[in-house]
Amino acid sequence: MTTTSSAEPTRRDFLYIATGAVGAVGAAAALVPLVAQMNPDASTIAAGAPIEVDLSPIAEGQVVKVFWRGKPIFVNHRTKQEIEAARNVNLASLPDPEPDQKRVKEGHDNWQLLIGICTHLGCIPLAHQGDYNGYFCPCHGSQYDTSGRIRRGPAPTNLLLPPYEFISDTKIRIG
Amino acid sequence: MSGHFTYQPQSAFMKWFERRLPIAGLVHSSFVAYPTPRNLNYWWTFGGILSVMLMVQIITGIVLAMHYTPHVDLAFKSVEHIMRDVNYGWLLRYAHANGGSMFFLAAYIHMFRGMYYGSYKDPREVLWILGVILLLLMIVTGFMGYVLPWGQMSFWAATVITNLFSAIPVAGEAVVAWLWGGYSVGNPTLQRFYSLHYLLPFVIAGVVVLHVWALHVVGQNNPAGIEPQSEKDTVPFTPYATVKDSFFLACFFLVFAWFVFYLPNYMGHPDNYIPANPAVTPTHIVPEWYYLPFYAILRAIPDKLLGVMALGGSIIILAFLPWLDTSRVRSARYRPLYRQFFWVFVLVCIGLGWLGAKPAEGGYVIAARILTFYYFAHFLLILPLLGVFEKTKPLPNSITESVLKEDVPIGAPAPMSSGSR
Repeated sequence: MTTTSSAEPTRRDFLYIATGAVGAVGAAAALVPLVAQMNPDASTIAAGAPIEVDLSPIAEGQVVKVFWRGKPIFVNHRTKQEIEAARNVNLASLPDPEPDQKRVKEGHDNWQLLIGICTHLGCIPLAHQGDYNGYFCPCHGSQYDTSGRIRRGPAPTNLLLPPYEFISDTKIRIG
Repeated sequence: MSGHFTYQPQSAFMKWFERRLPIAGLVHSSFVAYPTPRNLNYWWTFGGILSVMLMVQIITGIVLAMHYTPHVDLAFKSVEHIMRDVNYGWLLRYAHANGGSMFFLAAYIHMFRGMYYGSYKDPREVLWILGVILLLLMIVTGFMGYVLPWGQMSFWAATVITNLFSAIPVAGEAVVAWLWGGYSVGNPTLQRFYSLHYLLPFVIAGVVVLHVWALHVVGQNNPAGIEPQSEKDTVPFTPYATVKDSFFLACFFLVFAWFVFYLPNYMGHPDNYIPANPAVTPTHIVPEWYYLPFYAILRAIPDKLLGVMALGGSIIILAFLPWLDTSRVRSARYRPLYRQFFWVFVLVCIGLGWLGAKPAEGGYVIAARILTFYYFAHFLLILPLLGVFEKTKPLPNSITESVLKEDVPIGAPAPMSSGSR
């Protein structure tokens, strides 16, 4: 390229570096919209807004499935036996120890919301099945108890909890 | 300064790699050391600008394709979704739409440069013909792209242009039905246009590779129209041409940005913001500005088949330019008579463009017929005759001489003592 180079930086060096710097800033700025456009757009974000679920038609022992942000949510109206079975457990024996009390809202022990996606590879577990009368995943045999905790099988963690709150005794808002 | 040096890999990795796939050496000899005529002016920057615009269109197009739905019931809405919901969707859409216009602007300037300086002459005939092929591909690609938003203009442009093929004797109707995939422009048409609109830019990219290869084999033309005779007549592509191209690219991008950010719908037609309605034809169907000259030629001929042939002929005739122009002198700089006819031709093209947007009635039709006749006469009458009868100016002895003697650059050092003088 250019042959002569002196010990002092020349005007040419300054111009090269300045142009290169401005060009780099421009290139980075041009990259921003190209990358950002793949992020969720406004309509997708709007479609992921919180939903309200009416609990009154759900009978005791019934598990209802709703969808929020494309994910299946189990709304479980638990029976007394299910709650007791969930609490009479030696926590140290659980693969992913967690007390049942932490997996429900205070004062509403009979309602449990879980994200119905097996934490192994993502299939939807079946309710009221398996050795613990909790959830059973048919894909690879993971077994969850009545608190949605993993007991046996390849799944590494308990079923996840969605964000939700009680807006009245018979209505919840998920999200 | 103008040495011709080959690439020498420095690092151990590059030495290893270069023996197996000498791509660094290829890039070096094509775009770093490549001997470039020293007298190139800014009209020569448009080839580089076109390459960059092709990349811009491909990148914005691929990104838009992530959000667009190619179905008659959903296409218009999906474009509005891009404009309103997608992050920076408005920017990507405007960049792609106005980018198409800028792409054609650069292409026309690039072509006019070739016509003025005789860049199509021996030994650059194949280079020129590849360029004509590129223009045809661009025209088809741009047309199909414009159909995709499925607005009123999209639909009716598709109807009008596909109906052109019904002018073909005997097989015309069958060809049109084959293009449509149905009995009229409909969903099959839209979907296949989408597929081909995504494909053709990559075909264009392939032909651009051939175009640049053909260029590098014979070397670039230059404003003097005489071949470089020694190393003194050339400079290495990098940094001279690289920096010059980058500078003018920045200026070009300023114009591009002006449209994208301040006048994004200026070059478009408001009717295309109305969803396509097969029952209502807009009162003034016009294509985008870059097709207007050809549209004027099509409408100027009263006969259907001859009009279509004139339309096709007006582009195909460019391919014959190297043989229609009989002059031995390349550059219009030394052809005072041709120079005047060249500028008349430019005005005729602009005039045809203006007429293409006017309704086809009264004085406009007469004017369009006159200009159409002149357009073809330029190629078929004027150019062949000029080569025989024109008295050209004497050519300089070398490029260096033309640079140092005729146009003394401001702040130029004293002419080199070694060499012809």
